[in-house]
Amino acid sequence: MKEEVRLMKGNEAIAHAAIRYGCDGYFGYPITPQSEVLETLEELMPWETTGMVVLQAESEVAAINMVYGGAASGKAVMTSSSSPGVSLKQEGISYIAAASLPALILNVMRGGPGLGTIQPSQADYFQATKGGGHGDYHLIVLAPSTVQEMVDFVGLGFDLAFKYTNPAMILADGIVGQMMEKVVLPEQRPRRTEEEIRRQCPWAADGRKGGRKRNVVTSLELESSRMEEINHVLQARYREIEKNETRWEEIDVEGADYLIVAFGSIARICTKAKELAAEKGIKVGIVRPITLWPFPTEAIARAAEGKKGILCVELNAGQMIEDVRLAVHDNLPVEHFGRLGGIIPSPDEVVKALEEKIIR
Amino acid sequence: MEIQDIIRPENKVYSAPELLDQNVHMHYCPGCSHGVIHKLLAEVIAEMGLAEKTVGVSPVGCAVFAYNYIDVDWVEAAHGRAPAVATAISRLWPEDVVFTYQGDGDMSAIGTAESIHAANRGENIVMVFVNNAIYGMTGGQMAPTTLVGQKTATTPYGRRVDLNGHPLEITNLMAILDGTCYVTRQSVHTPANVRKTKAALKKAFQNALDKKGTSVVEVVATCNSGWKMSPEKANEWMAEHMFAKYPLGDLKDVK
Ligand SMILES: Cc1ncc(C[n+]2csc(CCOP(=O)(O)OP(=O)(O)O)c2C)c(N)n1
Ligand code: SF4
Ligand SMILES: [Mg+2]
Repeated sequence: MKEEVRLMKGNEAIAHAAIRYGCDGYFGYPITPQSEVLETLEELMPWETTGMVVLQAESEVAAINMVYGGAASGKAVMTSSSSPGVSLKQEGISYIAAASLPALILNVMRGGPGLGTIQPSQADYFQATKGGGHGDYHLIVLAPSTVQEMVDFVGLGFDLAFKYTNPAMILADGIVGQMMEKVVLPEQRPRRTEEEIRRQCPWAADGRKGGRKRNVVTSLELESSRMEEINHVLQARYREIEKNETRWEEIDVEGADYLIVAFGSIARICTKAKELAAEKGIKVGIVRPITLWPFPTEAIARAAEGKKGILCVELNAGQMIEDVRLAVHDNLPVEHFGRLGGIIPSPDEVVKALEEKIIR
Repeated sequence: MEIQDIIRPENKVYSAPELLDQNVHMHYCPGCSHGVIHKLLAEVIAEMGLAEKTVGVSPVGCAVFAYNYIDVDWVEAAHGRAPAVATAISRLWPEDVVFTYQGDGDMSAIGTAESIHAANRGENIVMVFVNNAIYGMTGGQMAPTTLVGQKTATTPYGRRVDLNGHPLEITNLMAILDGTCYVTRQSVHTPANVRKTKAALKKAFQNALDKKGTSVVEVVATCNSGWKMSPEKANEWMAEHMFAKYPLGDLKDVK
């Protein structure tokens, strides 16, 4: 398949991207607003073309454990879900991280808590960036703001996951999942051959081919000193990821008096708000974290220098704001603005919040 | 005749299975059934020439360290999730033979959904189900398969139907699913039964090779520590009480 320009929903684009980036297997369970991922994959029947396995599991619990098994055998595998389903996956995600396995997990966030609503939300920020499951671990968390980024982050997510043998998550909101946009689908990347998998993943449990020593994928270690050592190895990897993989976007930060920090589709609403504010003579710059973990702490600290205040706009009750405050050590006013329950703020509302909470 | 004349390769009647790692110390309690079942698995995999295409999925339960003993590739699954883990490996490496090794808590309590659905999809896997009617690893609590009246750490006065429900015969459930091709219940408390269990495992692994669907080999087993009995007494108790609820033999064998 050649590179192709198409108009499609973010969720559909994820399915196309999975196939085109050479994904070996997808395991999922329907939940709004991301069911189109599985539906599109079933419609595209990639097992007939690239050989990719697609399976509707009996639950999110089963799906994430299928991902665990597939990843443990060296394959490039992924799952997708939305908030309540991602809560169910947390035990499995902890195992995947603990066993140092590459995998990709998509969360198209909807409003919670509980069954909540099927409307968009960003309320799983804490869950995605602070661990979510049990134990000291981190996911690499990518926050797409466009359908194009939904596509690109499938490739980036797999690349980073395999580079660091660590699970990656695309933390999307219901807006980018459901929105239709022009998108450039990449040229088909061939799936890795069995030889390539063995070279890239010498640890994989795929049968002791060629009589090699047995491979065991486990997260269990009852000897405390060895378990501590395993934790140190994980922590060293997280420091390495922080050093190399922090990503963010800055818009007109220089010369601005105020900063807005926002991620995902909400950053685009804030870009419009920035223009509206400019008409009123208010100079606003935007920092959009692209990796939510590792968080662009230093970039935000730099961008905040000389500014009069920061507004964090999030579709939640104030989660990322904690990381922004840590970044700037509360050296300047940092306030939160967000709508809850699936309501998306208008650019006007954002400007008004900036005026009321920061400029005053 | 001198003893040296007898100890000759051609007179050898038994040797340790080559796939059973002789360098590690098994953690199982003396008398536990898990060790015998491990030995049979190691023999079957070696005899069928599958050492370089087998992946085992170990459970959370006393057999969690099975990966230390049998010299094939292993993935250690979360409690109850082995069939989901095995599903993916089997689908992604269709030439491999994938088996799960699960206790009664793993298969018939926390992992009931994964076990039933993997079997119902007819995944080409072998599910080895060790039913010792108790949670061995966590110190002998009630399992779904615990018999009525059986004392455990959480049924100190014996299992009561009004409080704890009935013993769950999950293997019978597996047998009615269209995805299973072979469902059998065996034991390893006598040499004859050990041989039968070995034959059952061989058939199950052959089914996986032949892509016939899911095979379930239940082994009604003892947990002498959890039952607080000597190994010998545990075998007697099993034969006397367990086989009435869990009768041995094939429940399904699709030709
Ligand atoms: C999610 C989760 N819940 C509970 C446990 C604790 N746990 C470990 S093993 C086990 C039961 C094991 O019983 P069984 O499956 O019958 O295996 P056996 O030890 O008897 O062979 C339990 C409840 C756990 N490790 N993980
Ligand atoms: S506790 Fe029971 S199942 Fe576990 S090793 Fe001991 S006898 Fe075997
Ligand atoms: Mg048990």
